[in-house]
Amino acid sequence: MNYNKLHILLTGVVLVLCLIGNPTFASATKEDKGFEAGPFIIEHVTDSYGWHICGDGDKSVTIPLPIILLDQGKLVCFSSGKLHHGEAAYKGYAMGWGDQKGSIVKMADDYTGRLEEGKSYVVDHVCKINISITKNVCALFISLILIAWIFLSVAKQYKRRPDQAPKGLQGLVEPVIVFLQEEVINPSLGNRAEKYTPYLLTLFFFILLNNMLGIIPIFPGGANLTGNIAVTGILALITFFITNISAKKEYWVDIFNTPGVPWWLKLPIPIMPFVEVIGIFTKPFVLMVRLFANITAGHIIVLGFISLIFIFGQMSPTIGYLVSPVSILFYIFMGVLELLVAFIQAFVFTLLSAIYIGTATEEHEEDIELA
Amino acid sequence: MELIKPSFGLIFWMLIGFGILFFILAKFAWPVITNGIASRNKKIQDQLDDAARVHAELENMHLKHEEMMAEAKAERDAILAEARRVSEKLYEDAKQKAEKETQLMLDEAKKSIYYEKMKAITDVKNEIANFSIDIAERVIEHELSDREAQEKLIEEWVDNCKLN
Repeated sequence: MNYNKLHILLTGVVLVLCLIGNPTFASATKEDKGFEAGPFIIEHVTDSYGWHICGDGDKSVTIPLPIILLDQGKLVCFSSGKLHHGEAAYKGYAMGWGDQKGSIVKMADDYTGRLEEGKSYVVDHVCKINISITKNVCALFISLILIAWIFLSVAKQYKRRPDQAPKGLQGLVEPVIVFLQEEVINPSLGNRAEKYTPYLLTLFFFILLNNMLGIIPIFPGGANLTGNIAVTGILALITFFITNISAKKEYWVDIFNTPGVPWWLKLPIPIMPFVEVIGIFTKPFVLMVRLFANITAGHIIVLGFISLIFIFGQMSPTIGYLVSPVSILFYIFMGVLELLVAFIQAFVFTLLSAIYIGTATEEHEEDIELA
Repeated sequence: MELIKPSFGLIFWMLIGFGILFFILAKFAWPVITNGIASRNKKIQDQLDDAARVHAELENMHLKHEEMMAEAKAERDAILAEARRVSEKLYEDAKQKAEKETQLMLDEAKKSIYYEKMKAITDVKNEIANFSIDIAERVIEHELSDREAQEKLIEEWVDNCKLN
């Protein structure tokens, strides 16, 4: 009883103290423009040249990542720390602004130094071949090492203890692998399953792990890798190539001479083949957009809830403190939902890839009997 | 716009990175893992099948055992019954034999008694005859003296000589 009363009293005192002094919001809100949710959110879901850990403005802690450019046949490497978050140029290279935002630009004269706001600078050209180790590339490497380490160690366990009950990591990944094999890969691919299993398993675990790393707000998580159109685009493109390269004759027959469709839909004006050919490209396109949109949308909503705290905090610290529990509650809810989405999207991408490859490589039963 | 504009660098690294990951896993991880799972599945299935087979065998053996037990019981019963029968027969035979022997002995005894009796009777007869002759001798001796006395004497003799 006494303890409970004391507890409530202490909590009340702390709350009041928090409401009187508001150190957080003072530093969170910028002196000039104030807090802007839009750029804040976009900045967090897009790629960047440094890995921002904490802090804001000049006091921020950022891991500088290397910038690698192939500019006019010349390999240029330097640390992104030299660009000071786009506020400085180094040997004529600077972060693009305006339409060139996100890319590295070469300035007319090899200017090095701070870029003053309000002053105009002449851009010579945009560096097209930019293979910098950005935040997403770094996250990609981390996830690749993580996945390779997980599955190589699991494989080692299978080699070292053959036919034994799974243990540790093995027990964690085995049910997932078995589920994928029995529920996704084998039903979709039938007798061709073995050939495509490595790709589909790699795909699933790559997407799943990066989805989950994306939910973690701090380093080494937090990079929005599977919410990046380049990453999902490459994954979709690989599925697209596998589907169309390994496709059997029946697949192309189905596209150009779809059976069970009236002839007048095919002959004078090939409407049906046209639609089917578009379908070849829409399928991977949809794969790309679905994963990208789901993951990015989740992050945007989470960042939106976090932004609410600062937006209200800017109006009045008291309202900010009142809103924050609600925001955090919604953030937790979204986090759990994102975890679910992480699994669902990895599963859906793999399932659809398996189905696309499965239908493309399917041979009609009579052909199999003849063979 | 930045959000939906794929960057060249990420595409480049993604292709290389994902490709390397795929080749490493496809060569060193997935075959080992999937084969490991398949092999374990097979082993478990084999062992389950084995267990089922052994169970069936055991059941079969149990049935056989029961059958054998029943057979043995029947055999034991038969042997016991036979033994009882044999023992009864033996007993009966012995009894009959003994009875026969007794009868034989009795007959023998009777016969011998009869003979003895006959012999005794013959002896008695002979004795009587001797006595008679004696008496006759004496009568004949006394005949000459007294008739009355003679009769009295004979009576006396006859009284004295009781048969059996």
